[in-house]
Amino acid sequence: MQNNYWKTLTRPLLDENPMTLQILGICSALAVTTSLDTALVMSLVVICVLALSNSAISLIRHQLPRSVRIIVQITIIASLVIIVDQLLKAYAFELSKRLSVFVGLIITNCIVLGRAEGFAMRNGVWASALDGIGNGMGYALILIIVGAIREFFGKGSLLNVQILIPTSQGGSFEPLHLMLLPPSAFFIIGGIIWFIRRKRPEQVEHPEFTLSPGEDAVTK
Amino acid sequence: MNALFDLLLRSVFLDNLALSFFLGMCTFLAVSKRVDTAFGVGLAVLVVQTVTVPVNNLIYTWLLAPGALAWAGLGDIDLSFLRLIAFIGIIAAMVQVLEMTLEFHIPKLYRAMGIFLPLITVNCAILGGSLFMVERSYSFVESLVFGFGSGLGWALAIVMFAAIRDRLKYADIPHGLQGLGINFVIAGLMSFGFLAFAGMG
Repeated sequence: MQNNYWKTLTRPLLDENPMTLQILGICSALAVTTSLDTALVMSLVVICVLALSNSAISLIRHQLPRSVRIIVQITIIASLVIIVDQLLKAYAFELSKRLSVFVGLIITNCIVLGRAEGFAMRNGVWASALDGIGNGMGYALILIIVGAIREFFGKGSLLNVQILIPTSQGGSFEPLHLMLLPPSAFFIIGGIIWFIRRKRPEQVEHPEFTLSPGEDAVTK
Repeated sequence: MNALFDLLLRSVFLDNLALSFFLGMCTFLAVSKRVDTAFGVGLAVLVVQTVTVPVNNLIYTWLLAPGALAWAGLGDIDLSFLRLIAFIGIIAAMVQVLEMTLEFHIPKLYRAMGIFLPLITVNCAILGGSLFMVERSYSFVESLVFGFGSGLGWALAIVMFAAIRDRLKYADIPHGLQGLGINFVIAGLMSFGFLAFAGMG
């Protein structure tokens, strides 16, 4: 049993990562990764919302009529997000300004609704909470890697602490402005997916079409 | 007039919701296997976005914004924290109304969108459009233009993306990059392309 819970918690990190395998929650994730601190805050917010929404939905899953379940789930998620949004505005105003609309967009983040529908509706409260935390951490892992790469190469700093001194201040580091632009996020995630699939070959998708037999097939 | 045209161009190309704000990415990656389905989703997003952003603008200015209830004598009430839940409710309701109207009056268009119309409710591009409208405090006319422009930009992006993916079926892609990985790389390259519009406007 102990082992089972541990699996629920850790499986979403690499084996069933919500972003790189389930194509969930990419929407709001990439825009907040230009620096590590916004990525960290966003991860934290998503972990909290996921854990709470999963456990709340799991709690009422037997009372919930199937026909209205989606709307109830969305209402629960939206209320949680509003609370988080207000908390951020109250205690970290500057950060919440930089996260702009993306905290609000957690409502339509497919991870939250996907896990509510796919896991919490069928499992107990404790397992659902762990599943929420696990998936949140899987999401956070990607976000933090992308955020760290983009901030380090884009500004030469991590968490706003300057590590490499840029040439404009007499150092020898030329900031890669490309890293702060949207395309780099796509490339980095593509690279992460490639890396994970090298380590976990069972995740590789097979092509829909194979090329017509040429030299390749003959040598085989 | 010029400013509005500028806003339209910006929202279609430079501030493209899919490629520079990553909104609606899940749908973008998941239903772009074929050009015709991509066209259906794109159309659905375009229509829903054009309708919901202006409607949400009206709701926000007259009901939710700080001091908006002054016409009812409740000037000191600030309901703006309710906007997330109000917007998502309105989007869901509008999608439902739109679905019924289209089915009744323009069945051809309704069939072109197929199953995607109801799914649009949880597409982040739609909610994102409304939230950007609030954040950038657009007027009603501006929100009309922005809604249409951003919907068009998203539709354009997904149709082009689907077309590229179509060609890629015959490409020899490295083993681990097959599928999702290469899709991200293509989206990145497209995003590059859209950056080239930066000088416009």
